[in-house]
Amino acid sequence: MAATDHTHTISLVVRDKPGVLVRIALVFARRGFNIESLSVSPGAIEGFSRMTITSNGTPGVLEQIVKHLSKLVDVVFATDHGGDDALEEEVALVKLRANADGLAGAVALARERGASVVHQDDGRVILCCHGGSEAIDGLLSSLEHDHVEEIVRSGKIVIDRGESDFADLLGGAPKSVPPPAR
Amino acid sequence: MEQQGVEYIFGLSGGAAMPIFDALVDSSIKLILTRHEQGATHMADGYARATGRPGVVLVTSGPGATNTVTGLLTALMDSVPMVVLTGQTPSFNLGKDAFQEADVTGITYPVVKHSYLVTDVRDVPRVVSEAFYLAQSGRPGPVLIDLPKDVTSAPCTAPDPGPPEIPGYVVPARAPKAEIAKAAELIAKSRRPLLYVGHGAVISGAGEAVTQLARKLGAPVVNTLLGKGAVDETSEHHLGMLGMHGTAYANKAVIGCDLIMAIGARWDDRITGKVDAFCTKATRIHIDIDPAEFDKTVTSHVQLLGDARQVVEQLLPLVSRLDSDAWLAECAQYRRDFPLGYPDGGGLRAQHVLDRLNATTEGKALITTDVGQHQMWAAQFCLTRENRMWLSSGGAGTMGYGFPAAIGAQFARPDTPVWAVVGDGGFQMTLSELATAAIHKLPVKILIINNNYLGMVRQWQELFFDNRLSGVDLEGNPDFVKLAEAYGVKGFHIHEPGEVDRVLQEAHGYNGGPCLVEAHVVKEDNVFPMIPAGAPLEDMLIERPDKKMDKPVGST
Repeated sequence: MAATDHTHTISLVVRDKPGVLVRIALVFARRGFNIESLSVSPGAIEGFSRMTITSNGTPGVLEQIVKHLSKLVDVVFATDHGGDDALEEEVALVKLRANADGLAGAVALARERGASVVHQDDGRVILCCHGGSEAIDGLLSSLEHDHVEEIVRSGKIVIDRGESDFADLLGGAPKSVPPPAR
Repeated sequence: MEQQGVEYIFGLSGGAAMPIFDALVDSSIKLILTRHEQGATHMADGYARATGRPGVVLVTSGPGATNTVTGLLTALMDSVPMVVLTGQTPSFNLGKDAFQEADVTGITYPVVKHSYLVTDVRDVPRVVSEAFYLAQSGRPGPVLIDLPKDVTSAPCTAPDPGPPEIPGYVVPARAPKAEIAKAAELIAKSRRPLLYVGHGAVISGAGEAVTQLARKLGAPVVNTLLGKGAVDETSEHHLGMLGMHGTAYANKAVIGCDLIMAIGARWDDRITGKVDAFCTKATRIHIDIDPAEFDKTVTSHVQLLGDARQVVEQLLPLVSRLDSDAWLAECAQYRRDFPLGYPDGGGLRAQHVLDRLNATTEGKALITTDVGQHQMWAAQFCLTRENRMWLSSGGAGTMGYGFPAAIGAQFARPDTPVWAVVGDGGFQMTLSELATAAIHKLPVKILIINNNYLGMVRQWQELFFDNRLSGVDLEGNPDFVKLAEAYGVKGFHIHEPGEVDRVLQEAHGYNGGPCLVEAHVVKEDNVFPMIPAGAPLEDMLIERPDKKMDKPVGST
């Protein structure tokens, strides 16, 4: 087995229970793996949440991780997106601080790349940009470092383009899901 | 829990658990008060392994709960159904460093199949029902329920929750037909088949089906430490235990087979040695109820997800006798060429004592063990004939397991003779349960293989560390017979080989309560065969090597 590390994007539907995040984190931590990004949001059905996790690792170990995530009682589904069929988006908030050159150049560059200004005062501008993680990486590297005061990124969120294993839980008629917990 | 059919709860009381202990006063459930929470968990584990029903533990918060961690790990690693109730500080005190507060669900996440922290009394019926269902279904395991004192003090009028519904929790039963057909096709091509039977076969009661399969195919059988008893180890083509300290003939069969089928076994590192060199040329079929076991260590050509018994029963009608007579004869020859043995003379030998224990009990006793040399010798010499008659901590390798497990097993099966085979090291970790056994007049028999060493570690230091002994000398051991007598427990010494049969027979026939046999065996004996950890099976040592050994690459 080739031991090349790849970034994997894992989607989960989980029961919305205290401790579920710890259980999931432990599956990674036990194997010495780091979670690179994590996004949690309510699912389409009350009582369930949707998570997107990105992590680096060899395909064999990631496969074991997904199996062990699936094995957790509070995890309803877990899947490792191959990358081809998945639509990936990320949001970043970038705070720029004015220096001697002012902010106009940086703001113009950001707008050119599709970012919007969501806040502005005398010395600072906050930009919001969304898109693929690579596009955001590109924008950030082209902004001058001395302008950037703070960056907050949402981490990747992912959805399958076609029919997904999660269809039941994402708004379609649930088959295997009981009524929401009281 | 009465509705779940719970007979016994093993536990130790404490402040935060008092409302539950109070409820037990009026309950049909019998409380077995232990002397340490670890003992309670191993008793529940022994009860569970002896019956297949969940063992139940009740302890208090804080240290009471943390003392169950070893027992939880032991049960998780060996897929034992167990429900552990822990008292907890009242919910309004959670996170405030209250007296005897510990984040018990947090501490135990990695050692449970699932756990609950109940904060609303209305959840109690649902949680208990789910816990028992999860503990015993699919791949069994321990489930912990943390119960704050205000929750257990409040009246509960919540209705019966009905059967548990846990979305995404699937219990595999029968394997897909296409995969079964593929397996049958591969089996039909084999001339040197081998059935490798693990704890999953014990848990699912697959023994009879596996025995039929072995006969129908003409396939020899080997089992893991925990698979002992699924298939009668005294049956004709059974080659005993495989792996690190398995029989030479079992391991030679593994080396020589052209097809190996794991039946509820997980290619553990004790079995495979060096994974890259394990059965590389053989067709590998893997039956397991846990899909996470597939391709975890050894990859397989066919993966049959399901209950071991049901999957083997699916296979049975699709297979027929293989052209394996030459292979069976070869395996029989291995058995003649490399028999298990031990030196005759040179003092009292553990192997001799265990060989005679097997003879004395006629293989009809339930045997529990601790962990170490005595465990491996017992596995080699005490052949297990029936399911759930051999209880040993395999995955976790928990010293201190054997004696309390025997107590739990004896509660579960009062009419079965129960022997706890332990070492002098492990026994001292949980010997306070002598009081528990004595109070209930349980006829548990304890056989201490006493070499005044932590013998397995000493063996490794002798073989791999230039005999630089470190941390293995148990100087200061008590006179175990006197210790037993202090608890009102009958004790026997064995010093000479000539005393073995007489003492074992007397102890075996003694049913007035627990009794303890202390066998003073030679101090520096080694367990063979041995495959050094991480080495390929071909490197098996049948006897003590003449040359200096390299340090093993595998763990322990």
